[in-house]
Amino acid sequence: MSTHDHTEEHHTGLRAYAAVCLALFVLTAVTVYVAKFDFGDFNIVVAMLIASIKAAIVALYFMHLKFEDKLTWIYALYPLFLLFLLIGFTIMETFTRVPVIK
Amino acid sequence: MANGVMTQTQHIPYLAQKGLKSWILTTDHKRIGILYLVTISFFFMIAGLTALGMRYELMTPELDFFRTATEYNVAFTLHGSLMVFFFIVPGIAASFGNFLIPLMIGARDVAFPRINLLSFWIYLVGTAILLSALAQPADTGWTFYTPYSIQTGTKVIMITLGVFVLGFSSILTGMNFIVTIHKLRAPGMTWSRLPLFIWASYATAILQLLATPVVGITLLLLIAERAFDIGFFDPAKGGDPILFQNFFWFYSHPAVYIMVIPAFGIISEIIPVFARKPIFGYKAIAYSSFAIAIISFFVWLHHMFVSGISETAAAIFSFLTMLVAIPTAVKVFNWTATLYKGSIDFHSSMLYALSFIVLFTVGGLTGVYLGALAVDVHLHDTYFIVAHMHYVMIGGTVMGFFGALHFWYQKWFGKVFDELTAKIAWFLIFVGFNVTFFPQFFMGFQGMPRRYATYPEEYISYHALSTYGSWILGLGVLIMTVNLLIPLWKEGRPESSNPYGSLSLEWQVPSPPPHENFDEIPTVTDWTYAYGKK
Repeated sequence: MSTHDHTEEHHTGLRAYAAVCLALFVLTAVTVYVAKFDFGDFNIVVAMLIASIKAAIVALYFMHLKFEDKLTWIYALYPLFLLFLLIGFTIMETFTRVPVIK
Repeated sequence: MANGVMTQTQHIPYLAQKGLKSWILTTDHKRIGILYLVTISFFFMIAGLTALGMRYELMTPELDFFRTATEYNVAFTLHGSLMVFFFIVPGIAASFGNFLIPLMIGARDVAFPRINLLSFWIYLVGTAILLSALAQPADTGWTFYTPYSIQTGTKVIMITLGVFVLGFSSILTGMNFIVTIHKLRAPGMTWSRLPLFIWASYATAILQLLATPVVGITLLLLIAERAFDIGFFDPAKGGDPILFQNFFWFYSHPAVYIMVIPAFGIISEIIPVFARKPIFGYKAIAYSSFAIAIISFFVWLHHMFVSGISETAAAIFSFLTMLVAIPTAVKVFNWTATLYKGSIDFHSSMLYALSFIVLFTVGGLTGVYLGALAVDVHLHDTYFIVAHMHYVMIGGTVMGFFGALHFWYQKWFGKVFDELTAKIAWFLIFVGFNVTFFPQFFMGFQGMPRRYATYPEEYISYHALSTYGSWILGLGVLIMTVNLLIPLWKEGRPESSNPYGSLSLEWQVPSPPPHENFDEIPTVTDWTYAYGKK
């Protein structure tokens, strides 16, 4: 790209990066800690929730999404919609199957 | 196009520099386009020869050309994998996309020239991995379906790893084109003035960027499954073989449009020039590319109607599949309307464009048969599928590719091919293609399954006819290739830099274009398709 005039605008300070890094370490520790508890069917939900928060922090700060324009947000969020579509329809298909062999 | 004045002082053609280094380290989008063109054409030839071998085998019901059925299986796997992943997916998007996008939007290059070169080199690494697997190639077909792809003794990992690596090339190219189209358009090149090839390339780039990672991860799961026996797709370990098909087609159906949408763009460029009329329904054609790109993510289960999926899901996806017909038909009707009362010049590239409309319509309509649930149960995995797919892919994409080769040949290489020979080659290709694949619709209806090296006697006349057709098709492609190669070694340049009177920006620069395309970035003041306007 020939122009990159907004580079200076989203200058995240070293302290902010350190805070994000710390948050990631803390959340990793939380993941390990909650693994000791059995939430039954919600085990995966809890683990995914923490992982999603970590991913969001990385995308927002380390990958500068927080400071980007609408178009970049569309390109960042559309794959999430596709993921929802893939998982949603696949689950729908699996749960509406009629067992042939009983 | 009434563009700003462009002077071509200090015009140094981009082909002037010689030597290996000037090619392998080039960041010029036009040269990278040539690198892709040469590589994909090489794989097209190899895959085409494999197809000729398969057709020769099928001349008779017995196994006589290949030694074993596995050899035949390897041949169709190689044919499918090479054609899909090494020729047709990167095909028009990477070769003509690279050459044309900056020229058409009035830019000096793509947004990230070095990443552009990197994506070509990644493509080469992918091909090298694939070629290394040829000692014991896979026999799974290009779809790598589980559970067979996990159980077979052939080298599935190498070929899937090759395709996995290729995916990164596709993603980087898509990303590069999206940024280029957003950021590097010349002053006045508004979205409503963009050439339709650019709209098509943008829609394709979205699919490359967003769908390709899915197949990458899917193939990685398959590799992990084979290497570590994890059980993603093994019911005995809580996995599901149909999960692989879900993942695979979630990418591979949109990939069908990665293959064909650039060809739509090419047809939209060729037809108005040789009909001497403004394109009919510009916005409808532009937006329909996006509609196709979006809908393509909602139809993947139609590849799996007989895989044991639920009837509810099958019914929903049968309905959703029909939706694709709408934006596709919008394009076909608009092209036809553009031809109406046009002053048509049957240049060889126009002949390919017209063939595209006819053959792609046959391919599209037979797709409606296959999208219809009840009919698909009968036709699934028969030669009807083979015929349908080839009408879309050869009748569509390859005709578009050949049309583009003839249309932009002078611009790209600064040489002139023999038009009469080109027309003879087109005739042989058109006839050969139809003789090869039309009988396959009948074979399929009568129950001849695909991917079999031997077959019952009753299909022999269809198979023989199909094989004769493949020879005519092969001869046509050979003549076309020779006709396009010979001028490259001859002296001489085109008389005009814009022989067809196109209004698009790329035709306003010399043939071949200068290294940086434009001495001054042009200012665009009118529509690309204002033919006949006073």
